[in-house]
Amino acid sequence: MELDVVELSRLQFAMTAMYHFLFVPLTLGLSIIVAVMETVYVMTNRPIWRQMTKFWATLFGINFVLGVATGITMEFQFGMNWSYYSHYVGDIFGAPLAIEGLMAFFMEATFVGLMFFGWDKMSKVAHMIVTWLVAIGSNFSALWILIANGWMQNPVGAEFNPLSMRMEMTSFFEVMFNEVAQAKFVHTVSAGYVTASIFVLGVSAWYMLKGRHIELARRSIAVAAAFGLASALSVVILGDESGYSATHSQKMKLAAIEGMWHTEEAPASFTAFGFPDQEARETHYAVHIPYVMGMIGTRSLDTAIPGIAELEQNAITRIRSGMIAYDDLMKIREAKGVVDESVKLSFENHSADLGFAFLLKRYIDDPRLATEEQILMAAEDTIPTVWPLFWSFRIMVGLGFAFIAVLGYFFVVTNWKGMNYPRWALRMAVIVIPAPWIAAEMGWFTAEFGRQPWTVDGVLPTAMSVSHLSVTDLAITLAGFVTFYSILFIIEMGLMIKYIKKGPYMDVAETEEWTRTHERRLSTLGDPVVMPAE
Amino acid sequence: MILHELLSFELLRVIWWLLLGVLLIGFALTDGFDFGVGALLPFVGRTDTERRVAINTVGPVWEGNQVWFILGGGAIFAAWPPLYAVSFSGFYLAMFAVLAALILRPVGFKYRSKRDSKLWRSSWDWALFVGGAVPPVIFGVAVGNVLLGVPFHLTDDLMPMYEGTFYGKFLGLLNPFSILVGVVSLSMLMMHGAAWLALKAEGPVQARARSIGAVAGIVAIATYAAAGLWLAFGIQGYAIVGEVVKDGPSNPLHSEVVRTASWLSAYAERPWIIIAPVLGFVGLALAVLGLRSTREVSTLLWSKLGIFGVISSVGLTMFPFILPSSKMPAASLTVWDSSSSHLTLFVMLISALIFMPMILAYTAWVYKVLWGKVTEKDITDNSHTVY
Repeated sequence: MELDVVELSRLQFAMTAMYHFLFVPLTLGLSIIVAVMETVYVMTNRPIWRQMTKFWATLFGINFVLGVATGITMEFQFGMNWSYYSHYVGDIFGAPLAIEGLMAFFMEATFVGLMFFGWDKMSKVAHMIVTWLVAIGSNFSALWILIANGWMQNPVGAEFNPLSMRMEMTSFFEVMFNEVAQAKFVHTVSAGYVTASIFVLGVSAWYMLKGRHIELARRSIAVAAAFGLASALSVVILGDESGYSATHSQKMKLAAIEGMWHTEEAPASFTAFGFPDQEARETHYAVHIPYVMGMIGTRSLDTAIPGIAELEQNAITRIRSGMIAYDDLMKIREAKGVVDESVKLSFENHSADLGFAFLLKRYIDDPRLATEEQILMAAEDTIPTVWPLFWSFRIMVGLGFAFIAVLGYFFVVTNWKGMNYPRWALRMAVIVIPAPWIAAEMGWFTAEFGRQPWTVDGVLPTAMSVSHLSVTDLAITLAGFVTFYSILFIIEMGLMIKYIKKGPYMDVAETEEWTRTHERRLSTLGDPVVMPAE
Repeated sequence: MILHELLSFELLRVIWWLLLGVLLIGFALTDGFDFGVGALLPFVGRTDTERRVAINTVGPVWEGNQVWFILGGGAIFAAWPPLYAVSFSGFYLAMFAVLAALILRPVGFKYRSKRDSKLWRSSWDWALFVGGAVPPVIFGVAVGNVLLGVPFHLTDDLMPMYEGTFYGKFLGLLNPFSILVGVVSLSMLMMHGAAWLALKAEGPVQARARSIGAVAGIVAIATYAAAGLWLAFGIQGYAIVGEVVKDGPSNPLHSEVVRTASWLSAYAERPWIIIAPVLGFVGLALAVLGLRSTREVSTLLWSKLGIFGVISSVGLTMFPFILPSSKMPAASLTVWDSSSSHLTLFVMLISALIFMPMILAYTAWVYKVLWGKVTEKDITDNSHTVY
């Protein structure tokens, strides 16, 4: 692959976005887990829950700050690296980003300071509300970001304005209640909850293996297993919902994920395993599970899902229609809008395919002059590279089911087996800690790589979206981000490990007080009283 | 949706121009003192505890304050997409430097006191200093360049293009006038940070902040006056010629723009705008006097008034221009040709009307809860929980 401005911009976006998303899922889930723990503390007044709240909040804070810091890059790099994209769809795409700031980010960021600094400055209930506001703010952030991203996948509620040469919003309601965005939102936040649950579970399991902070660890596992199991089920269900909505919005992405080179007779089978071959257009050693794909994709047994070859033919038709739209656009633009009704009508009929004419710009400056060969090449460009999608999707799904198993197991042992976790299970919980991050990154990769060659599906090709920059510009910022982010990553991991090893900060006075008043009950129950150690 | 026709496109554009100002000023007033404290950090705190006092005066609030910046970016994207597209890619490496500084800052606040090692803490002190001092300079330099006109042009497809090589683009930003505006910006925010420290700290930290802040304030007044004179006599302005269409499609190429003798002709057309620089000078001067006496709350308010005056004077002088092009004046972005669509501006206005009052209310509540001084005793007593 030759590294030109487009490729470098893509690389930079992928890198900074995926790095940002190392911190986001834990923020989404841990904020809620901490708020739940604090609520238990407020309701029961038991110091152990206060100690748990403060301990997990410390880890939350170390993670949160990098999520915020790397989020700054995300807010500005559309303008820096993707200026034509920003111009072309800013009228729609900018709105959810701005509302995210107004409605969500302001709330979480304003209250997070109080969450850490306000323990002695307000009542217990007020502090609990503050913690909940941080959690709610974080989750609302995700909602608006996914509305923005959902629009890139399924651009509804907008049309092209030839006079301002960009997409303009026609219905905010449609943008906001975009079915793709809504499914993605619940899928993504649930994935965050799973990530945080696995994290809490793993860290607590490590304490139990070491025989430290047993009281804190057991209660944390109880919270994480219940919350995590519910979320893990939700991830899979909403992932399925995303798959269903992709059947009508992003057929090519679905076909590529599935490695479905040709339309199959309904109901299509699901390829569980195989080696997709882009050149030969077939999947070698494929293992099929009958009916499953058709049922996921269409929720019926008699609707066919189009394969890659058929979609490519479809793209050829749309490119030709787009060339007409482009011709009309030039006429309208030259006359500053004063043209025959026939031209306007023709443009209206074809403007939905304008983006397909832009695909030709890679080969020729004026798409109207494209040759047959160029049209075929542009149509082939609409097929994303299949094998990375095929595999990243399967890794994500496999891990998703594994999380259900792990969390389900701990849920059962917690509730019905007296919390006697076997050591192998605790070890497994520690080992599995990084897995949800892998699943989340694979999920984003599938969503974004699968949309190629478009930034906005069917509307604006990636190759046209970039800024007028030089390779030097991009090389400098890319090198800068890599260096800078690597250092921050090492520092963050170092602090996380340090604070996990250190364990909860001793809340001695209160804990002693509490154990004294509950001494009798504890001794009769045979519940070992373990002092939170430093 | 027909509802948005209730407000004319022209009116919405003016409202969003005002809101752009509100956001930038809100950013300067709140995050501004965080920058100021960062830039003052090595000078006001000599011991570790003194530095922690300074850091903890902004500790609980910098995060919320910084959202003004994020929201500013989001609002420019939503309401002025061409401005977002042209400026951030045009000031590419400067923006990268701002991002790097702004990423360092939160991490510095949060991580600095998490380890005891001297090297660790002094490294983060540097990070906080850079994170506090660099962005104000770059923002100032950017404003200076905007006043001069930025060398971009637009293709027929409205793709923004820039002149010159990579080095030329970056070093071209650093011209004498822009550097002067950078000094205005930095000194003004250092004064603002000092006013904040005068309110929130006591003892040696407060005393040092006062004396440095007063000097910074005087520098700000002098450089602001110098920049004004330079603008009056040495820099050409811009004007739209021919018919001004205020409710047309957002296409900068539809209007014709020429260079004029000076930006300051705006003061002949709209004499009332003189109030902005007057407020700027008055606010800065009273803040300097406040820093030299023992007043605390009023000093911070005067400082805010001064910043409000200085920033609004730039916007009011340039109106209706937002980002003029020196290379192709017709491509200049103005209030009338670089906004979002009528519907988007309306939707965004409704969101702002719903959420801005809430934001102001809870921000005020948080400041009220945190009211009071940060003392050295607070730091030593809560050493493990504070920054």
